[in-house]
Amino acid sequence: MKHLLGIEGMTRAEIELVLETSEAMLEISQREIKRVPTLRGRTVINVFLESSTRTRVSFEIAAKRLSADAINVTRAGSSLSKAETLADMARNLAAMSADVLVVRDSVAGVPHMLAERVRVPVVNAGDGCHEHPTQALLDAFTLRQSLGSLEGRVIAIVGDISHSRVARSDIHCFTKLGAEVRVAGPPTMMPAGIEVLGVKPCFSLEQALAGADVIVMLRIQQERLDGALFPSVREYSRTFGLTQRTLALAKPEAIVLHPGPINRGVEIASDVADAEPSRILEQVTNGVAVRMAVLYLLTGGQR
Amino acid sequence: MSPPDLHPAEPHAKSEQSDAGGRVVLDAAGIQRATTRIAHEIFERNPGADDLCLVAIVRGGQPVAELIAVQLAQLAGRAIPSGALDITLYRDDVVARGVRPMPRPTRMPFSVEGKRVVLVDDVSFTGRTVRAAMDAVLDFGRPAAIQVAVLVDRGHRELPIKVDFVGKNIPTSRAERVVLRARPDGELEVAIV
Repeated sequence: MKHLLGIEGMTRAEIELVLETSEAMLEISQREIKRVPTLRGRTVINVFLESSTRTRVSFEIAAKRLSADAINVTRAGSSLSKAETLADMARNLAAMSADVLVVRDSVAGVPHMLAERVRVPVVNAGDGCHEHPTQALLDAFTLRQSLGSLEGRVIAIVGDISHSRVARSDIHCFTKLGAEVRVAGPPTMMPAGIEVLGVKPCFSLEQALAGADVIVMLRIQQERLDGALFPSVREYSRTFGLTQRTLALAKPEAIVLHPGPINRGVEIASDVADAEPSRILEQVTNGVAVRMAVLYLLTGGQR
Repeated sequence: MSPPDLHPAEPHAKSEQSDAGGRVVLDAAGIQRATTRIAHEIFERNPGADDLCLVAIVRGGQPVAELIAVQLAQLAGRAIPSGALDITLYRDDVVARGVRPMPRPTRMPFSVEGKRVVLVDDVSFTGRTVRAAMDAVLDFGRPAAIQVAVLVDRGHRELPIKVDFVGKNIPTSRAERVVLRARPDGELEVAIV
């Protein structure tokens, strides 16, 4: 692998390579000494130009458990506030012999732009409303733990499909792995022509959840909504929120994912988020293993 | 993106399915005798098998460790704790040169603290696998001792590594490959290919 920019450009074999590599990485986090020497002497720079706790910490822990040095750059206090361009900043980081750049930005395509300009592997840690590939990989990994294979499984993704990079990456990932994907949300949050991605659009929660094996609830991203796409949070919660009542529409053994951070009582009721079908904390645990696998595979190039 | 190169650390010493090629140097009966003798030697060196545990090196060491474990259980009158250690992430060519073989899950269902650990592999060759395995074991705790048992020692050591228990010494040239493999009927055999 050269870069990890999006799931869209990956083959099924590449996705499965990452997932299988992650299996071995998971065990390392359960040891007393949670560290292997594999990336000794390598440097991973996390360039997070949009706020994040979970993903940034997850990449940092992943790098450190492989013995790499991890350095974090955030927008505040970076030279970007001195009007340096992103590409120049990335070139400077590469000139300090970084081995991997992990990039998050609120603008779609920034990791791709940087990947063309630096000779260092770039990992997309979320670019605007475009893709969040490591989230999709950890979602698939978490589902395979419970379900074995995703082949033929019915997966409902519910929420703001238009603005969700998680939805886009999940759709590519789950369909490539053979699942039947449904998407649901208010019409204002559903992109026109979403069918071309090979998914079935549903305009009610009931229709999406009927007989589903998996429910992926998306966060209502209040910070990304400048105009109101629904009348009120309360109404959204009543029509598209996951509660014990609506969960009962899915298969009895259905499992629930959420990329976090969760808005309790908005898209997901507390008693669902904390109950047996929820794999939300497993997703976070698995995220470290999947990111270790990605860093391991990307640092394999000729030097 | 393209899948990374999958170079084995010791391309001359990996288990594989039989294609019945090459020269068989140890058949199923020979493997049984060799592992029985190794089990007796381990039991003799570690009286009463107190604090003993077997750690197979994934994947070639696993079938060998299973055979030794059966014999040791009979000698000791109880099961000996067994684990399986994948050493991919500790290999010197992975750390230094960046080749990317697929790591396999490690299973260590016991603490090695204060234990007498016997590492088990199918073939010993350059000694680099044993070096990596010792580093990996030490990340799980501080054992009282580490010993090494192999079914076949083919020589050509590149590191100062000593093997404690050997099933059979087989002189080879560097260009040859020594493999432990399962025949279509399920019987194990060691062959030079």
